[in-house]
Amino acid sequence: MAIKKFVVGCFDDEQVLFPAVKNVRKAGYRIHDVYTPMPIHGLDAAMGLRDTSLHTAGFIYGIAGTTTAFSFITWVFTTDWPMNIGGKPFFSLPAWIPIMFELTVLFSAVGMVLTFCYLCQLAPFVKKDHFHLRATDDLFVMAIECTDKTNETEVSQFLSNIGAIDVTTQYKETGWWLGRYDKETQLFGKPTEAVS
Amino acid sequence: MTIREQYVIPKKYNMLSMVLMAIGLLSIIILFITHGSKSGAENEVVRARFWAALLQNSVYFLLVTNAAMFFICATTLMWGGWQVSFRRVTEAISACVPVIGIITFVILMAIVFGGDHVIYHWTDAEHVQHDPILLGKSGFLNKTFFTVWTLITLIGWSWLGYKIRSMSRAIDDTKLTVEEGRKYMWDNTVWSGVYVVLFGLTVMSCTPWFWLMSIDAHWYSTMYSWYTFASTFVAGIALITLFVVFLKNNNYLELTNREHLHSLGIMLFAFSIFWTYLWFDQFMLIWYANIPEETIYFKSRLQGPYRGIFFLMLIINFLAPILLLMTRSAKRNYGTMTMLCVLILFGHWLDFFQMVMPGPLTDPNTKLTHVPFMLADFGIALGFVGLIMFVTVRSLAKWPLIAKNNPFLKESIIHHT
Repeated sequence: MAIKKFVVGCFDDEQVLFPAVKNVRKAGYRIHDVYTPMPIHGLDAAMGLRDTSLHTAGFIYGIAGTTTAFSFITWVFTTDWPMNIGGKPFFSLPAWIPIMFELTVLFSAVGMVLTFCYLCQLAPFVKKDHFHLRATDDLFVMAIECTDKTNETEVSQFLSNIGAIDVTTQYKETGWWLGRYDKETQLFGKPTEAVS
Repeated sequence: MTIREQYVIPKKYNMLSMVLMAIGLLSIIILFITHGSKSGAENEVVRARFWAALLQNSVYFLLVTNAAMFFICATTLMWGGWQVSFRRVTEAISACVPVIGIITFVILMAIVFGGDHVIYHWTDAEHVQHDPILLGKSGFLNKTFFTVWTLITLIGWSWLGYKIRSMSRAIDDTKLTVEEGRKYMWDNTVWSGVYVVLFGLTVMSCTPWFWLMSIDAHWYSTMYSWYTFASTFVAGIALITLFVVFLKNNNYLELTNREHLHSLGIMLFAFSIFWTYLWFDQFMLIWYANIPEETIYFKSRLQGPYRGIFFLMLIINFLAPILLLMTRSAKRNYGTMTMLCVLILFGHWLDFFQMVMPGPLTDPNTKLTHVPFMLADFGIALGFVGLIMFVTVRSLAKWPLIAKNNPFLKESIIHHT
């Protein structure tokens, strides 16, 4: 994955963050992401993020579960191993609905968890590189992606003006970070914020 | 933002509700002439058709309007704040309960004490003596208990509903301090608790047993009251949503927006599935056990003349909401929600139709039932719709549309789904 340069601004107040997000977008800078210690209602809309398609995936997994249960149990009880249970017909749909329901729930739940982990790049032994460690505690951290044309000092100045209490420039690899947390901070030889 | 606090009833709306009520009254009169007025013992089944239509419609719309009060109490007990911005709408709908309650009471008493025994054949004292099943149930299923419990139900709902409504209105002119706000919430929680206990004893248990399940007095199902509750609660939410959308269309309820509509949509979706769950539970246990005295209930509905209605209402009440309301954008769309609310109200009306009708319409000689010509039933249903429209807006116009001193109002304003 490509290594990119980011200007990172830290905010300590929600009331400042929202207008800041709005101003940054209005000025035409590209927000890579905003990291917050807790979910903030309305921030996704303010950042102009599109809706997640996780629920579409969930629907597909659910349908897959329903059809799996239905086709498997139909095959078992009509073809492979027909059994007479209480004199009911071999193909008796009402008895299968609970199983179809359970497998729908199971498939969609497990599938959505795995998809969520994939989308958020979460997995065992994967270490995430933070822009600022206090983003997990009490700071709202906004990372702005720099392109060739971006004037870094201008962006830093802009962020300070709209209320950032701390602005740094950092180099980060986007995409997956597979266990390269420690190496990465030194690999590129550029200064990052001090971890304290 | 300016807020229009006072609702003014539009003239056209008034006219429409009057016309609907007139249609209802006309349908009742026509059905009375063709069925209800037939005299003689041999015409008992014909008369039952008339009374069953009244029973089905009045009980259905009574329970649906009463669900609005349950909605208030349940959300209050859970300390939910999101519904406060349209709380006055739910309060206004619940103001229909005393009116429809009186109508229902008259109809029920006429059926129980009217001398005919087709709808409630446990009212026939002589027949009960020769019927070991009904004799065994007679400690519960008798006229005295029925009347007393119906009175408790209707008076309890009306009085507690009035109490909770007036508590909400009492603080309209006074800004509450923090202590007063706490006390207000505490009082509301207590009274909502009392209401929910009464609700548990009525809608969730005894009342549907008396009013609806005793039509098929030999048969019983322990799921029946829950099933009735789920059916009317989801229809009640649909009714609330319709009124909210109506007021939004007329530029009222400025503080209610798509976020609230989304939450209502979630409840509509969830309780539609809850209803299906209960429907299937009741069906599957009976299907599995396959005991004749239980399966008789589904004989006429699933394999008899009511088969079409049975599957139609399953499509409307389950497939339509689960497929059409699944996406976020559908729940936030006023058009989709309105269409589905109307559909669901109709679907559960059909549900009640197939709950009530097969029993009374059974021919005593052949033991076969039939689906009646439904036009008059639709007419009576429209009449009740008109009545609900008429009473609800009168209650809405009497008081401010926003419960502006409710401690949870801000939570409702910033609600985000």
